[in-house]
Amino acid sequence: MTGTTPTATSEAPASPSAPASPAPAPGTGARPRPAGNPWATGFKYAGVIAVAAWCLAPFYWMLVGSLRRSDDVFATSLWPSPMSLSNYRGVLDPSQGFVRSLVNSLVVAGSTTVLALIVGIATAYALARLDFRFKRLVLTGIIATSMFPVVAIAIPLLKLFVGFGWINTYQALVVPSMSFALPLAVWNLTAFFRQMPLELEESARVDGCSRGQAFRKVILPLAAPGVFTTAILTFVMAWNEFLIAVSMTNKQSMMTAPVAVSKFTGATEFVQPHGSQMAAGVLVTIPLVILVLFFQRRIVAGLTAGAVK
Amino acid sequence: MAALLVSPTLLVLGLVIAYPVLSALYTSLFTAPGIDPKTGFVEDGDSFAGLDNFTSIFSAAGDRFWNAFWNTSFLTLTSVALETIIGLGMALIMHQALRGRAWVRASILVPWAIPTAISALLWRWIFDTEGIANTIINTEVLWTTEGFQAQVAVIIAEVWKTAPFVGLLTLAGLQIISEEVYEAARVDGAGPVRRLWSITLPLVKPALLVAVLFRLLDALRMFDLPYILIGPGKESVETLSMLAQDEAANVRFGPASAYAVVLFLYVFLIAFAFIKLLGADLLGDRQSGNGKPGARKRLSLMPGNGRGQQKEATA
Repeated sequence: MTGTTPTATSEAPASPSAPASPAPAPGTGARPRPAGNPWATGFKYAGVIAVAAWCLAPFYWMLVGSLRRSDDVFATSLWPSPMSLSNYRGVLDPSQGFVRSLVNSLVVAGSTTVLALIVGIATAYALARLDFRFKRLVLTGIIATSMFPVVAIAIPLLKLFVGFGWINTYQALVVPSMSFALPLAVWNLTAFFRQMPLELEESARVDGCSRGQAFRKVILPLAAPGVFTTAILTFVMAWNEFLIAVSMTNKQSMMTAPVAVSKFTGATEFVQPHGSQMAAGVLVTIPLVILVLFFQRRIVAGLTAGAVK
Repeated sequence: MAALLVSPTLLVLGLVIAYPVLSALYTSLFTAPGIDPKTGFVEDGDSFAGLDNFTSIFSAAGDRFWNAFWNTSFLTLTSVALETIIGLGMALIMHQALRGRAWVRASILVPWAIPTAISALLWRWIFDTEGIANTIINTEVLWTTEGFQAQVAVIIAEVWKTAPFVGLLTLAGLQIISEEVYEAARVDGAGPVRRLWSITLPLVKPALLVAVLFRLLDALRMFDLPYILIGPGKESVETLSMLAQDEAANVRFGPASAYAVVLFLYVFLIAFAFIKLLGADLLGDRQSGNGKPGARKRLSLMPGNGRGQQKEATA
């Protein structure tokens, strides 16, 4: 990009490749582009900064709040002074049970993701590559199910699991989570499989692979990025789930992290343990934020796959 | 072959979706059962009540339901409207971004990645009486107590978290609009405002509609945010999901299922109306857009850019 008028340069390649448009009348081509205007450039930067501030300011405030001493949790300085790790020490104290809830979250979100991928991958391949009756119906049905109100699923399953004695077990958290994780996984994987060139698979079959071998040896390794992206999205969804987690557990040792944090009484005797909640919130969110920073391109591709295609 | 590959998913979905929905329909026909004093669990043999759970919605006992119904509708409508406008604005800004697009895109994912439960706690602290919200606007509003201000707090927190998501989906839609269309419009003398109204908005409409549909259906089942930010059982923000969950937590499965069924039908109706009336296209059958010849990095958003291929594969 070249300094002051990068927009003009980025548009440049487009102009010559527009043969369909009528030949510009003399003079119009010389009209100054609004993008070349320094005011416009300034506005664009201001806009970008405003968007970033909208997204990051509350998160930054959470970070700052978690680093304050619990006495000055309502201080308004932009930087915590004095800085203190007491909130984190309180939260990570084993008696608080928060570390345990992080492990629970990891187990539940992890197994939900793995199960959804295992079950979903073959279906997604069939939906993307094979022709069969009712394919449209199946695809529509899978999308429709991802929009079900979770509460309509959680209540009957809660009733069922009470009967099974499954309350406060991992399976009671994982099984209902499949209701949103599996459609999401199938939907995303289908989009990824469709984008892969059919020729690869065909040439593998010409070379003597069976359909199954072509899938295992050619498609799957190539689809790895798509599978990985789907795994991230599913994991984030499962990690953030609240309604199922709060309905299916009532014992602190089985709660997932979001539920545990929402039930915090705090390390201190405060009515509202804002400081430790923010510290715990940061600990719950940081893994996701790191995922986002590293894989933002893929996450965006996965999120928009269902919407723009 | 296909049946073999598809059946595991259908089996699991049947188990975790079809069974619960049918079961909810069935359960909704029974009264709230008594509780076994020994185990604390539900006694067997709830008595059949027919449609009583549904008709009672229209009697005096239905007040709580209607309150939750209007809350759900009001919160959904206002927050989705705001999200759409702000999200569209964000997308337009990001589309124009000169540099640092990767950074903006990463930061826009942060609100999406924060668990709703955590963001609710964050906003509860921000909206505390002594919190930063009151400090900044120099008031002493009791945000998290019953009343209109609680709804405002929920809407602000909801819009903060989801407007960037709408922005992200809309941005992807913006990026497949061909630069040539703009060139042609410029040549024909269309100003920036005219280009926005006559080109950008109509062409981004399909992506925007899908984003709005996603958001509508998600907002209608809103639960975590009001539950944590304001609290369970608060009249001014109790949504249908919260009402149903509360009834279920008190082992009144009959009414709980009835409310869940109503919510399910409501969501279904809205989705159906939205798709029929506005033509939101979820299956991706609409005409594929052109790749933008001038864009370099932007196309990487659309992995493979294989829209043409897909069409053939689907057909």
